[in-house]
Amino acid sequence: MKETLLLTKHMRSNPEDSHLIEVYEKSNGYKTAKKVLLQESPEKVLEEIKDSNIRGRGGAGFPTGIKWGFLAEDEERYLVINADESEPGTFKDRILLERDPHQLIEGIIITCFAANIKNAFIYIRGEYAKPARRVQNAVEQAYQKGYLGKKIFGSDIDLDVVVHLGAGAYICGEETALLNSLEGRRGEPRLKPPYFPAVKGLYMKPTLVNNVETISSVPWIVENTGKEYNKLGVEGSTGTRIFSLSGHINTPGNYEIEMGSSFGEFVETLGNGVRNGKDVKAYIPGGASAPWFRGDQLDIKMTIDDVANNNSMLGSGAVVIMDEETNLVSAAKSIVSFFAHESCGQCTPCREGTTWLEMILERVASGRGRTSDIDLLLDVCDNISPGLSWPPKMTTICPLGPSAVSPITSLMNDFRDEVESLIPTKILL
Amino acid sequence: MSWEDSLLKQAREIIDMYPQKRSAVGPLLHLAQSKDGYISDDSISVISKLVGITEVQLKSVSTFYSMYKQEPTGKYLLSVCKSISCEINKSDEIIDVVKDFTGLNNNETDKNGLFTFEAVECIGACGGAPAMQVNYETVEGLSPNNTLKLCEWLKKELPEVVVAEEMQEDFGGYKSFDWAISDQSGTTGSVPGFQTLKTTKERN
Repeated sequence: MKETLLLTKHMRSNPEDSHLIEVYEKSNGYKTAKKVLLQESPEKVLEEIKDSNIRGRGGAGFPTGIKWGFLAEDEERYLVINADESEPGTFKDRILLERDPHQLIEGIIITCFAANIKNAFIYIRGEYAKPARRVQNAVEQAYQKGYLGKKIFGSDIDLDVVVHLGAGAYICGEETALLNSLEGRRGEPRLKPPYFPAVKGLYMKPTLVNNVETISSVPWIVENTGKEYNKLGVEGSTGTRIFSLSGHINTPGNYEIEMGSSFGEFVETLGNGVRNGKDVKAYIPGGASAPWFRGDQLDIKMTIDDVANNNSMLGSGAVVIMDEETNLVSAAKSIVSFFAHESCGQCTPCREGTTWLEMILERVASGRGRTSDIDLLLDVCDNISPGLSWPPKMTTICPLGPSAVSPITSLMNDFRDEVESLIPTKILL
Repeated sequence: MSWEDSLLKQAREIIDMYPQKRSAVGPLLHLAQSKDGYISDDSISVISKLVGITEVQLKSVSTFYSMYKQEPTGKYLLSVCKSISCEINKSDEIIDVVKDFTGLNNNETDKNGLFTFEAVECIGACGGAPAMQVNYETVEGLSPNNTLKLCEWLKKELPEVVVAEEMQEDFGGYKSFDWAISDQSGTTGSVPGFQTLKTTKERN
């Protein structure tokens, strides 16, 4: 198994200075944007994106071309880049922001041209201070060169880009919460309908919200055509994808690969195997929100559809390996605590449910569990996501609450013995 | 209003970046944090007038986000990650070291105003777990021993600008990815070091 470098090619070829505009231009950077703006039509660009069959890299996997096609007509439209990467296990956007910010800006220019947008925002999570500085520097360089601002590349097109820092709320990765946050409000998700960003987004105007990796892919797709991109990977999961590999693995890191290989192959080749030669007890295929797979399920293919067919999700592309010695109850507790901390508090099942799940798991993990706790856990989960099915049924505005249910259903379905073994069978008085 | 003219000027420049004033609330709260080390009532009053919303509306925004501190923070904000990849790579040991060294529990600040400790959720350094941030500058691949050395170094050297690269070289280990680019920029307070906020400097 080898990497296929599209998005990470420039940064790999110029490790020390890939962030500078002059170096990016030497790698043919901004040529595509310039050519598109001066010679091509927005329809042609949209056609290429549709032909590529690229699906959003933020987690939901929605086809990007269709998303762009939904954008309602209006004088005032916006593009918002979702760089609020906070899903535990995920650090792929960080490398794109830190090491190739101009690729993202070129993607923004092409996207705004295709969608007739004059204002774009890059919403970067507050904790990503260094990546935000790099992007800000890059934006300033692009302005100086006339690639942003008025009449860019000598065309009659204007485009302004603002880099906006978040302030430590995972929920702002949810697109409507992000828009509220960018409007200076609490980062609480909006109800869909009616607040589909493509119709009523930022300032109630039509807005495209796209992930960093998605928009960073745009220059390659437009330069090499959507058809070429569509040839990479497999049907339904075309192109390359940057997977963040972490956990008990010999060489954690970001790896750009074509989708379609198995998780086991990924772990053994690019990950160089499990640390200390141990076995995999369980692994997370797509970030903390995704239900886990067992160690004997490493033959599942890394595609959006294969993972979905096995009742989990490829999500943000974050693969977390847990070896045979991992205390899975503590691991689940860590994930549930995360969601309890990040719940925005609007919906009762999520706000109360995640807190309850955290308390019960804490009790079980510390050996003070009660025999009724397993049923109680499942009951609370059922109140957040009725039926505990996948994809989850919702009682909440956004999927954060149901995401907290994922690790618990994984524990109960596959590792119930481990939970039960932690619960004292007799209470000593 | 009791913000100095220079800060007000900076605030107005930030407001001008956005189509609507209220969008500047986020960066203005970061600015307030950089001034006082927390979001003071005074700042709430100033910002609410600048953007034209009530103090209560602004307070409800300020208390929603974990990076806007409601109480004064120390010179160095020590944020140790406890999310899944760090958790299974023994972040609890790192947390214990920081707690022992500073004598602080979660979200506490010492009397001298030197350190604030917090155990935080994912900072996007999962490949270099366990990891932490000092004033939002990341150090990856920590060991308990190196964490202790990092804390001692901060206390002794009192660096004016906290730089990720410097800390990573001296106290870090395996990284999420090759940082590759030499970078001496860092932060000057318990806020993200960012050009728009004027909270970033190059290390001398």
